[in-house]
Parts: sequence; C-alpha cells; structure tokens
Amino acid sequence: MSELLLLVESKEGLLDKTTLELIRGGSELAKDLGIDAAAVVVGNETSPLAESVASYGLKKIYKLEHPLLKGFQPEAWAGALEWLARQITPRIFLISHSFVGKEVAPRLAYRLDTELTTDCLNLRIDPQDGLLIRTKPIYGGNAIAALKCAGLPQMVTVRKNAFEPMEKVTTKSDLVDMVPALDESIIKVKSLKTVKEDVVELDKANMVIAGGRGIVAKEDFEMLAALAQAMSKSQGKVMIGCSRPVVDKSWMSSDRQIGLTGSIIAPDTYIAIGISGAIQHLVGMIRSKKIIAINTDPGCNMFKVADVGVVEDYKALIPALVKKLEESA
Amino acid sequence: MKGINIIVCAKQIPDPEVPFSNVSVDVEKKEVIVDAPNVISPYDENALEAAIRIKEEMGGKITVLSLGRKVSDTVLRKTIAAGADALILIEDPAFERLDSNSVAYVLSRAIRKIGAYDLILTGRQAGDWDSGQVGLLLAELLGIPSISLARSIKIKEDRVLVEKTVPVGYEVVEAGLPALVTVSNEVGELRYVSRSKMMGLLKRPTPIPKWGAKDLVDDLERLKKIQLVELSPPPDMRRACLFIEGSTPQEKADKLASFFKELG
Ligand SMILES: Cc1cc2nc3c(=O)[nH]c(=O)nc-3n(C[C@H](O)[C@H](O)[C@H](O)COP(=O)(O)OP(=O)(O)OC[C@H]3O[C@@H](n4cnc5c(N)ncnc54)[C@H](O)[C@@H]3O)c2cc1C
Ligand SMILES: Nc1ncnc2c1ncn2[C@@H]1O[C@H](COP(=O)(O)O)[C@@H](O)[C@H]1O
Repeated sequence: MSELLLLVESKEGLLDKTTLELIRGGSELAKDLGIDAAAVVVGNETSPLAESVASYGLKKIYKLEHPLLKGFQPEAWAGALEWLARQITPRIFLISHSFVGKEVAPRLAYRLDTELTTDCLNLRIDPQDGLLIRTKPIYGGNAIAALKCAGLPQMVTVRKNAFEPMEKVTTKSDLVDMVPALDESIIKVKSLKTVKEDVVELDKANMVIAGGRGIVAKEDFEMLAALAQAMSKSQGKVMIGCSRPVVDKSWMSSDRQIGLTGSIIAPDTYIAIGISGAIQHLVGMIRSKKIIAINTDPGCNMFKVADVGVVEDYKALIPALVKKLEESA
Repeated sequence: MKGINIIVCAKQIPDPEVPFSNVSVDVEKKEVIVDAPNVISPYDENALEAAIRIKEEMGGKITVLSLGRKVSDTVLRKTIAAGADALILIEDPAFERLDSNSVAYVLSRAIRKIGAYDLILTGRQAGDWDSGQVGLLLAELLGIPSISLARSIKIKEDRVLVEKTVPVGYEVVEAGLPALVTVSNEVGELRYVSRSKMMGLLKRPTPIPKWGAKDLVDDLERLKKIQLVELSPPPDMRRACLFIEGSTPQEKADKLASFFKELG
C-alpha cells in the first residue's frame, strides 16, 4: 500500500495556502509511516499549478487532466479522483475542508467504500495499527473528539490553519500525467450560470468590525461602516463582518459571516457588536490578537473571551466613538 | 408537475446554540453533556422551511424522517405544526452512535420503505457532530443527483432549480427529479409555530410510526459505530476582560478611543 495523497487547490489560479498546510501535515504523516507523499492537481489544464506545487518536497505530482474538469463540477471531480484512487490506491487521502473539499470528499469516500472524517484539526498515526487518529471539534467546538475509522484510503478533510504552511525546497517533484476515463454522462447536475458577487476576504483585514443580531436595523450597519472608515486612518485595513443571523436576514452576504460555517479569521483586532458569543461564532475569531466586545448584556459569553468590553447600546456608543476618533485624528 | 413528494431528514439534538458554560465533557465515559433542551438541528429546520415553501407553491406532501436515540415526538411534532404532513421516527439500540455512512444507510432503507419521492432535503450539517456528509452519502446510496449548500430551491416541471452558495457568489444549477438537496441557512428560518398550535397538536396526538432495525436492515453487520479514541474539553478560550466604565456613552466612547489610539 503506497502513498499519501493530497488534493491541490487554487485560488484565482494560484496555489491556495491551505494546500501548503496539507503538504506540511501530509509530509510529516508520510514520514512517520515511511511512505511517499504525493499530490494531485485536477483540471483541464494543470501545468501551471502542478509546476508551482512541485517545489515543496513532495515525491510526485499527479496531473489529472480532462476537458470535463474545467472549472469545478463536483461530480466530474469526484469521478476523476475516484479513477485516480483506483489506479494508485493511496493509503491516506487528505483534502482541505474548503468549499471544494466539502463537495468532493463525501462523494469520493462513498465511491471508494471508505470512511471520511471532516473538519479535522490534528492528525497522527496510531503506532499500533498504523491507522489515522483524527482529531475534530464537535458540538461547534465545545468538545474535541479523537476517532479512528477503518477503510482505505484513510480519508479526512482538514480545517484551515491546522498546520503551518510548507516552505519551498530546492528539489522538484516528479510530474506524472494522468488522463482519467470520464464520460459526460456522470454529470447529472447542470450548471446554468454563476453569478459573481463582490466577495470580501476577511482574512486580509487588520481589523474586523462585526455586527450581530443585536443590530436591530439594516441601516444601523452604516454606523459600523462609519466606524470602519474612522478606524482605517490608524488601524490598517478594516472590514465589516457579521454573525450568522445577519446573513439569515439577507442583510449581508455569506462571505462576511464569521464562524464554523463562515470564515475563520485571526485579525489584529476584532470588534464584536451585538454578538452574544455562541461557540460556532467564537471558533471563527477566537485567534484574533485583541478582542473588543460591545454588548448591552454584561453576562454575555463574548465578554468572557474579550480583552476589552463595553456594556452599552451600540446606537449610543458607536456614533460617540466615531466622533471622538475623528476629533483626535 | 402536480403535487410534489418531499422527504425532509431532520435530526434531533441538544440545542447547539446554548452558552458554552452549559456544555461539559465526561472524559471517562467519552460523552458530551449538554445542559439544554432537545431541538431540531438548525439547518434541518431550514430544510423544512424550504420544503414548506415549495409545497405552498405547488401542493404535495412533506414527510419528515428522523433517526435517533430516544427521539422525542414532542420536539419533532413541531414539524407537523409548521406544515409537514407526516413524521416517521427511526429508533433502535442497534442504531446508536452510528457513523455517517451507516446513518445514511439506515435513512436510505427507510426512504426505500416509504417508496415514491421526488425530492429529499437535508441540512448542510448537523449541529452536534458538525460532520456535513450524510446528505451527499444518502444521494450516492440512492443513486440520485445531489446539490449542496442551497440558498433557494424551485421546482420547474420535473426538474429542481437551485441557487447554491459558492465562494465567488452563487451558482444556479439544475437536476432532474428525484434529487437530493442540502440546505443552508440562507433559505431563511423556519416559520413561527405558535404555542397554542403546538399545544393543540399535543392534546390530540396522531400516532407516529416508529421503525426499528427489524423493519429496515437485514444485515446489521453493515452498520458501523463511531470509534471514539478520546474525548476532551476544548482549550480554554477565556480572557480577562477589562470593562470600560463611564456614566455616559460618550465617556465610555472616549475611553475606548484612547484604547484604540494606543493600539494603532
Ligand atoms: C452547525 C452550526 C453552525 C453555525 N455556524 C455559525 C457561524 O459560522 N457563524 C455564526 O455567527 N453563527 C453560527 N451559528 C449560529 C450560532 O450558534 C448563533 O446562533 C449565532 O452566532 C448567534 O448570533 P448573534 O450572537 O449575532 O445573535 P444572538 O445570540 O441573538 O446575540 C445578540 C446579542 O446582541 C446583544 N444586543 C442586543 N441589543 C443590543 C444593543 N442595542 N447594543 C448592543 N448589543 C445588543 C444581546 O445582548 C446579545 O448578546 C451556527 C450554528 C450551528 C448549529
Ligand atoms: N439521525 C439523523 N436523522 C435524520 N436526518 C439526519 C440524521 N443525521 C443526519 N441527518 C441529515 O443529514 C444532514 C447532515 O448531517 P451530518 O452529515 O451528520 O452533519 C443533517 O442536517 C440531516 O438533515
């Protein structure tokens, strides 16, 4: 039984950071088991991405190319990866817990007759039986479970930031061309159109100002915008985020949601306004360097994890704060 | 298409949105103890809401299917009060602590027993184990197309049209029926169910079918349990919070501004 395999992902054509994290984690596991670590790049034209992933010390890069793999179609990707896994029977298969990973991994696990553990934070090998011990948060992050599953490949999706990204090495990986046997008929879901929306990348911000269900009117987010504007003079890049109820009300798009099912971020400063601090929200921002909470309820959870707290109605506090920041700028 | 037959898979779990101080971990027994009432997993409520909206538009039938340990019909009757037509509970000691694969397998057996269906809706992930795979596994088992992360669902003749959330915005996709769709919170919250309506239902409860292993699974060997090696509490997240005091909002704002000044 051969290699450890990991799925390469890109963002705007460039290697995604989560792939570098998988390479770090995967290389260590492979070393423990004394096996090779390899990666697979999927697409209709894989060369540029395969070239860039070849500098991180992996043994092999499989280039899985087919016209049907253009863009991302979950059934086509799952079909191609299933084909590859049958050719090379990997021992371990690592996939990021990303949009692509969540779509592909369960389908693939079923087809390969193995068991998947999603959203893992840590992975190690059980020295007794060589199986993967998969550590994953459950109950939103209120408990940490370590579990084992039978089946090959041993398959998991891995949460962002679980490992440090790998650095470049001087050697190059071998590139292996693979053309999967794929047929149009496997695609049962037809894509009609993709509508691009302004997407914010909250992980690029130095400061995130987030509003929650405590913000009672949509217009009040303009107060947050004014605060962001005032802060941007001294705090670098400032962006607006939110908790899930704000997305539920369609006041903000889901790319601004922070938490377990939104973005996981670690800005220098996080300001939570009218957010109670449910565990599923906290896992998305708890690694922020400074946490400031503004809430009318002195007993709310957010104050328990905050560095600085103000018990006050945001409607009174935020305009006053903006005024003061502008005066003293 | 006249009338649509929808199956909604709904899991009953302890309320996942309680403060973290209500959750503890029994390391010995490897159990999570949640001091909270049971609820329908939030995304499954979204799935039910999506189903009810489709039914309102075109008529049809909604069957709610729930597998669990000591499932309480009181909690699940809320689905009937909200607009579902039938409820089926699946319960058996042999079905306790099953892994995702086996849960999907048991659900698929129950769906085959139900018979005809056009659309299956599940939540994007259950709020206890946050696994996010049962929906897609179920579709594979049934051999039907699956679409995940729906934010809106429409039926057009014999096809389902879904707007699904993707990283750059949203994608409109379609598939022939029968199909399975996993639902995200963007579809909207489950409609409000009044207390009096709930009480009314509970006063004259209609019997709810309960299916067990003997009704569904011939081959119990096929079922696998979750193999927990260890369960531990999360790392402590608490910080010492410095509260900014003041007699007016402006006074607090001024102090907070000076804090930011030191930061910036
Ligand atoms: C599986 C799963 C995944 C989830 N994923 C996410 C996720 O990714 N992100 C996420 O955010 N949630 C997520 N949730 C939901 C989460 O559990 C909480 O329901 C949600 O975070 C609550 O949002 P909130 O704090 O804004 O609202 P609430 O809990 O309602 O809190 C509102 C707060 O506003 C305060 N307030 C009210 N009025 C004012 C005022 N005038 N001024 C100041 N403060 C005021 C209140 O005191 C209260 O603390 C998930 C849940 C589940 C089950
Ligand atoms: N025990 C269950 N009973 C009914 N539906 C379930 C059960 N477990 C999972 N599901 C469905 O599958 C979805 C995804 O669950 P999971 O993969 O466990 O996160 C849930 O939102 C439910 O719709």
